[in-house]
Amino acid sequence: MSKSILVDTTRCIGCGACAAACKMVNGLLTEEAGAAKGQSGNSLTEGDLVTFAQSHGELGGELSAKALNVVEEHGAVFVRRFCMHCLDPTCVSVCPVGAMRKTAAGPVIYEADRCMGCRYCMMACPFGTPRYEWNVTLPKVKKCTMCASRQAKGLQPACTEVCPVQAGIFGEREELLREAEDRLKQKPSGYVQHIYGKEEVGGTSVLYLSAVPFEQLGFPAHMPHDALPMYTYRVLAKIPNLVTLGGALLGGIWWITNRREEVARAEKRDGNKEQGRVDRPLELTTED
Amino acid sequence: MNFQNLPKLTFWRALLAVILAAGFYSTLLRFTKGLGAATALSDRFPWGLWIGFDVLCGVGLAAGGFTLAAIVYIFHLQRFHPILRPSILTAFLGYALVAVALLYDLGRPDRIWHPLVMWNPHSVMFEVAWCVTLYLMVLALEFSPVVFKRFRMEKPLRLIESLTIPLVIAGVLLSTLHQSSLGSLFLIVPEKLHPYWYSPLLPVFFFASAVSVGLAMVIFESNLSAHAFGREIEMPLLAVLGKAMAVVLGLYGLLRFQDLWGRGALVHLREPSTETVLFVLEVVLGLLVPLPLLFVRRLRENRQGLFAIAVLVITGFLLNRLNVSITGLEASAGTHYFPRWTEVAVTLSIVGVGFLLFALAVRYLGVFESVAAREEGSPSSDGLLAPRA
Repeated sequence: MSKSILVDTTRCIGCGACAAACKMVNGLLTEEAGAAKGQSGNSLTEGDLVTFAQSHGELGGELSAKALNVVEEHGAVFVRRFCMHCLDPTCVSVCPVGAMRKTAAGPVIYEADRCMGCRYCMMACPFGTPRYEWNVTLPKVKKCTMCASRQAKGLQPACTEVCPVQAGIFGEREELLREAEDRLKQKPSGYVQHIYGKEEVGGTSVLYLSAVPFEQLGFPAHMPHDALPMYTYRVLAKIPNLVTLGGALLGGIWWITNRREEVARAEKRDGNKEQGRVDRPLELTTED
Repeated sequence: MNFQNLPKLTFWRALLAVILAAGFYSTLLRFTKGLGAATALSDRFPWGLWIGFDVLCGVGLAAGGFTLAAIVYIFHLQRFHPILRPSILTAFLGYALVAVALLYDLGRPDRIWHPLVMWNPHSVMFEVAWCVTLYLMVLALEFSPVVFKRFRMEKPLRLIESLTIPLVIAGVLLSTLHQSSLGSLFLIVPEKLHPYWYSPLLPVFFFASAVSVGLAMVIFESNLSAHAFGREIEMPLLAVLGKAMAVVLGLYGLLRFQDLWGRGALVHLREPSTETVLFVLEVVLGLLVPLPLLFVRRLRENRQGLFAIAVLVITGFLLNRLNVSITGLEASAGTHYFPRWTEVAVTLSIVGVGFLLFALAVRYLGVFESVAAREEGSPSSDGLLAPRA
């Protein structure tokens, strides 16, 4: 079971309702959001959420600690960007304290209590997703969580809930892939024949369709099909061997060179004895 | 107030005072207003000077400790003993100051202990955290005989001495692991790091360059100490280290060239970019100039000549680490990074405190053996760092 989101950029009208809904449920609204500010995400009905988001749509901007889902404009195309929720996430593998976690349900979540703010996840993410609270004394990493807590209550993510044209839809990855492939087949000239996220970095839970080349929409091109964690795992896996063999080698060298010292000392002592000097007992300890 | 008892105000002390004042202000800014106010870091460029220099360079520059410990204790080349103790001190201070730098750079420094109890063995950074923690303990233990002897604590002294070889072996293994792992940190960004520096061999390169710069630092530190504390310099020993440095640098150079050629990375030399300029600078200063010079005996056995070569090697090393962590990542980040003055102030303060602590240790802990002490001989064993007949 792996919940996913399919974003069809040919359907997006750039209303920005998804961006507003995301801010609402993540408590990121500014004072200017007006009346809706008083309502918490919990007490809001789904209907209220849709109404609020569709009338407070936000277009433009860059991902940040206060904007976990943004709608970018690339020429005539609107593209919404958020976390790709990779199948084998780079952020999860690099976090030294396991603060990033891929859940069985699909979303990649962040456990703020573990995070020490090393920002390796930010460095490593091939999509540049995680953002930081740079101007706060107790900062956290911020990124989309695919509304994991809403999903736990049987709801869909806020962004797909409020989309007026179903440009973003929520479902099982297998189903969404089939749906995407259907659309590509039905309108071969209407789409670039590629599902972005199907195989990039080992596959992601967020999939995109586009009528123009993905690089033009700001997607990183030439992504390896290997999940990135393999690049480090190949090296880390050699460590236990390195330690055992290295330890044995160093111990062996010490032992060999040590014997030479003992022999030298014994010979010197024999020489001293002949000349009547005081003898010191041969020390076969680790004294070097 | 008796002015005769105050320390003399030299140029260096005045400079240190200014740096520390700037560092103090920057510290206040960093911890009251956050990283955004005190640094030029951003979402697109989350790692800067404090990682690129303080951590990546700092750890490498402290590599002389494990190299020299191996030379003396594993390879039993006793004649290098006189320069072992200051190398261990440099290493210990180096690593301790890296830990201090981390306290500035981490968003939540109060949680620096988290990797010790929250584990992710798949993460290179987890491995680095553990190795550095363990190695700091090894270094502390390796340096403790100096303290024990100073305060005449016989029993602890004897205990530590019996642990010499396991400690040194552990130190070499831990150092090999984390020096190479600092390079492994960047294995995960093949699409972001410029081909001049990205390679599957990054861990090998980082290890080799750490060994060579460790030797260069021993030469550097010996010269500065001789000058500052009025001691004689052990030129014959340093000349041999120069030879070792040449061998390691030579191997490193060959490996890097082979790797760059094999990956077709050298085609980028046709591009007149910042990356090309800094890459060429790094290779010229760090390899192409010092390496041939090291084969000239007259230079290698000359105090100023060897010192100059060591400075070149250190400069090339610094450039390499900064290129891997900053230069090589700028193009893909789509933004430029240049440290804010507050970041530089903190870095310089940390370096300055390092020099200061080194000088204090020399004055109060007897880090350098005097010739007289050696001739006397020590009746009871002095432990790891004792003079040997």
